[in-house]
Amino acid sequence: MNSILAECAAVTRKELVHLWRARSRMVATGTFALATLLLFSFAGGLDEDALRRNAAGYLWLGLLLASTLALGESFRVETEHNAIEMLLLLPVRPAALFYGKAIGNLVVLVIVGLVMVPFTVVLFDAAPKESVLKLGASIFLGAAAIAAPGTMHAALAARARSRDVLLPLLLFPLVVPCVIASVQATQLCIGGDAMGQFGAWLTVVAAFCVVHWSLGGLLFDRVVED
Amino acid sequence: MNGPAILAIDVGRRFVGRWALRGIELTIPEGATVLLHGANGSGKTTLLRVLASALSATTGSVSIFGKPAIEARADVALLSHADGHYDELSGWDNLDLAVRLGSGKGDVDATLARVGLGNRGRDAVRGYSAGMRKRLAFARVLLKAPKVAMFDEPYAALDPAGHDFVDGLFAELKAAGSTVLVSTHQVARVAAFSDMAVRLHEGRVAAPEAVS
Repeated sequence: MNSILAECAAVTRKELVHLWRARSRMVATGTFALATLLLFSFAGGLDEDALRRNAAGYLWLGLLLASTLALGESFRVETEHNAIEMLLLLPVRPAALFYGKAIGNLVVLVIVGLVMVPFTVVLFDAAPKESVLKLGASIFLGAAAIAAPGTMHAALAARARSRDVLLPLLLFPLVVPCVIASVQATQLCIGGDAMGQFGAWLTVVAAFCVVHWSLGGLLFDRVVED
Repeated sequence: MNGPAILAIDVGRRFVGRWALRGIELTIPEGATVLLHGANGSGKTTLLRVLASALSATTGSVSIFGKPAIEARADVALLSHADGHYDELSGWDNLDLAVRLGSGKGDVDATLARVGLGNRGRDAVRGYSAGMRKRLAFARVLLKAPKVAMFDEPYAALDPAGHDFVDGLFAELKAAGSTVLVSTHQVARVAAFSDMAVRLHEGRVAAPEAVS
């Protein structure tokens, strides 16, 4: 039997190749996220200070809403011809399937999140006062905090008839704490971190990631096995 | 032939509101080729999926070479109605993924050539015909070189040359000592080389019969 790392690498490779071949999926997700940002910029009114203060919130709301498209699509691919069942009948650990798919979803969310940043800067006049690396770290960890439970719940909802409704219903309440922490960390990057709070908020997101990436690996077999 | 390759004891499977299988008792010896037949809706597909551990049994148990079916997945291959391919990947990518996940160590290019997809292996599966998809599913079974191979309607969607290919594959698996279960409506064709037949009727074994 292969090592779990080799299995995870094989599934991740499949996810990335599939992502590249079906790049219209990522374009659709990105377009949806940008359209959401644009709507928020109009809905927020003409108060420039308020728009700048809330820019991080709009960015994360846009990414969270767009994530349901990406996550749902990642399991539609698995159920379309029952590919997930064929994978499970191979001598592969379900945890490797989880980590491979979660990493694939993380890549999508990070790319969409990074594409949203320049649009956020332009639409909300929200050029970051802190280093771009900090902003990148907050987006990466926040996306990871959505990708792990999102993968788990997308798998759970995949076989349901009303999966498109079920996924946000299951996912959104769960990720509220990490989205709040990600908004705070990102807002500190944009507005400046005079009190040095960035690390604390990022630690909250990282803790959320540790819990959900661990739980996903442990529980994925119960979700995908009949 | 040795001890049982597959042992099913009181296997039942219930879907919402109805039993698809009830009280299935089967003992299939190692190396046997078994014809599984019955009317539409008699439970053939469900039985194969339960034996392969793709579905869990609601009652009873299935063991493969003495191990619970779910622990014997490395030895079992299932070709089912849903072919399990990723449309956006090429045939080669689909097989390469199976190899990387531990499904045999065969040569992907040679296997594609063997099933007649040598010149289309690098194309996306999305562009394959139903018969080509079926051939790719056979390639996955060949790569795994399983001790137990289960086929659900293996002749469906194939042309006459494909039918001959499937017959040859069954003969090859039998010669290699694999246990083969074939669910089909082409009863006469498969009965010609089967060691036993199992007829299902409304989710129950109606008649285990020796055919040769």
